[in-house]
Amino acid sequence: MLITVASGKGGTGKTLIATSLAISLKNTYPVKLLDCDVEEPNDYIFLKPVITGNDPVSICVPVINEQICDFCGKCAAICAYKALAIWGKQVMIFPELCHGCGACSYLCPRKAISEQPRIIGAVESGYSGKICFVQGRLIVGEAMSPPVIRKVKSHADKNAINIIDAPPGTACPVITAVKDSDFCLLVTEPTPFGLNDLTLAVNVLKRLEIPCGVVINRNLGLRNEIEDYCQKAGIPVLLKIPLNAEIARLYSRGITLVEGMPEWQKVFIELFQRIQGIVYEGNSNTEW
Amino acid sequence: MKEIVILSGKGGTGKTSIAGSFAALARNKVLVDCDVDAADLNLLLQPEIEKEQEFWCGYTAQIDPEKCTQCSICQNLCRFNAIKDFCVDSISCEGCSFCHHVCPANAITMRENLAGHWYVSRTRYGYLVHACLDIAQENSGKLVAAVRKEARTIATKNNLEMIINDGPPGIGCPVISSLSGSDLALLVTEPTLSGIHDLERVMEVCRHFDVPALVCINKFNLNLENTRQIERFCREQGVEVAARIPYDDVVTSAMIRGVPVVEFSRGQVSMEIEKLWNLILEGFESLPE
Repeated sequence: MLITVASGKGGTGKTLIATSLAISLKNTYPVKLLDCDVEEPNDYIFLKPVITGNDPVSICVPVINEQICDFCGKCAAICAYKALAIWGKQVMIFPELCHGCGACSYLCPRKAISEQPRIIGAVESGYSGKICFVQGRLIVGEAMSPPVIRKVKSHADKNAINIIDAPPGTACPVITAVKDSDFCLLVTEPTPFGLNDLTLAVNVLKRLEIPCGVVINRNLGLRNEIEDYCQKAGIPVLLKIPLNAEIARLYSRGITLVEGMPEWQKVFIELFQRIQGIVYEGNSNTEW
Repeated sequence: MKEIVILSGKGGTGKTSIAGSFAALARNKVLVDCDVDAADLNLLLQPEIEKEQEFWCGYTAQIDPEKCTQCSICQNLCRFNAIKDFCVDSISCEGCSFCHHVCPANAITMRENLAGHWYVSRTRYGYLVHACLDIAQENSGKLVAAVRKEARTIATKNNLEMIINDGPPGIGCPVISSLSGSDLALLVTEPTLSGIHDLERVMEVCRHFDVPALVCINKFNLNLENTRQIERFCREQGVEVAARIPYDDVVTSAMIRGVPVVEFSRGQVSMEIEKLWNLILEGFESLPE
């Protein structure tokens, strides 16, 4: 099973949920935690994994053999990303714009273009006790995180409970992380920003046809607009975590909720059981 | 004209609350929400939209089933696994056109994407340029570039001295697009281990793109030991910690009321933000034009 923890707004508690869920399930199931927030991966701070593998992630960028090239300009004309340009008797390459589609090398009439990997990040893997841990890390200064996210996701194991910690937002990195999930947990907070960004994230999941449920973090105990919205949209609120100074303190020190306050473990196991129910019985209550 | 961008690496550290307060404090400026895929600044500034523009960017392949001979060349060559059973998965398609160029039956056309909208609005604090990226669209970096360009045009036309950009979280494409060419980056962090890790990464991005940075520690009293660690780190990096803002419920209360916190309360949070803003202004005045 593939469960993604996402949120439109950043800083709502994705990492807290993903790490505590993984720890709560580790004695019952094989668990894999995949940190796909490759721009700012944080799960390792909480799980302190032993890293045993480190694989570079690269995209293939063109290299021109200038002995063969006749500067016909076809490569520059077909490149959708303007990563190639012809300047007199010179081909200029802008590797940071290249998506690595391979069109230029395949279509070059003189076969003057080969490809060379350009490293944009790394995937690190290892263990944190019984939890199998994988995280991606985009190199600072690089713009394109989806290839790193895809590589992290390639480590998903169909015999395990895979928990993906997604990046914030609603753009392509989030889509890449959440795509093909069986379920998505959306973590939000009871503020106008939290609600606004939750509705954006729900629209993304609708478009991807992925069932979802909501976690309200820093809850104030009062019925709030988030719950009203979820009820109207037919999305289950699966968990509420109160606004609590002790929880914030644990988080600030890199301690997971279920390790700092073990009474929460039961709550996370119940959360998982509800997700299982929704996924296996197709009983999502999500009306789309 | 000076451009300042507010970044954080980690989300939820308080970028928009600070940007909203700067909106109330600054004069002669244009405000820009560069967090185009989860824009929230408008919730504090209540904009009245004056101009709306479609944002067309990128392409998606489309296969004409009438012409398609199911030769599979496109499926085999697509590196994004975007073609399955002779249909394009528009979410996986990155618009490279490879399939369009190689199709022997000319069955594949490239459709331009309506990737979002951007807006110029009037607020009680001046102009706001903001945007909305459509669902499952790429090119958030290009949309950021479009709103920043419009903001510069407005600033030039109206003789405004400053552009304040509320940036997105992370360090990738839209962050780079928000940062490049700015005169100053204000990095808002919080005293959590995650906040510190993410600050280190975003500071490196600033260095990479040669933009000077200032740090603001928000909710500094949540963990004083971590606050000291951030201060130590900044000292080592030669980056100034320009403000320490305490944790206070008034920030959330102001957000719920839909007003910048400096207009909502006269407490310590507001005083610190004002001090920070004055410091930024002094810094700008000492810069050469």
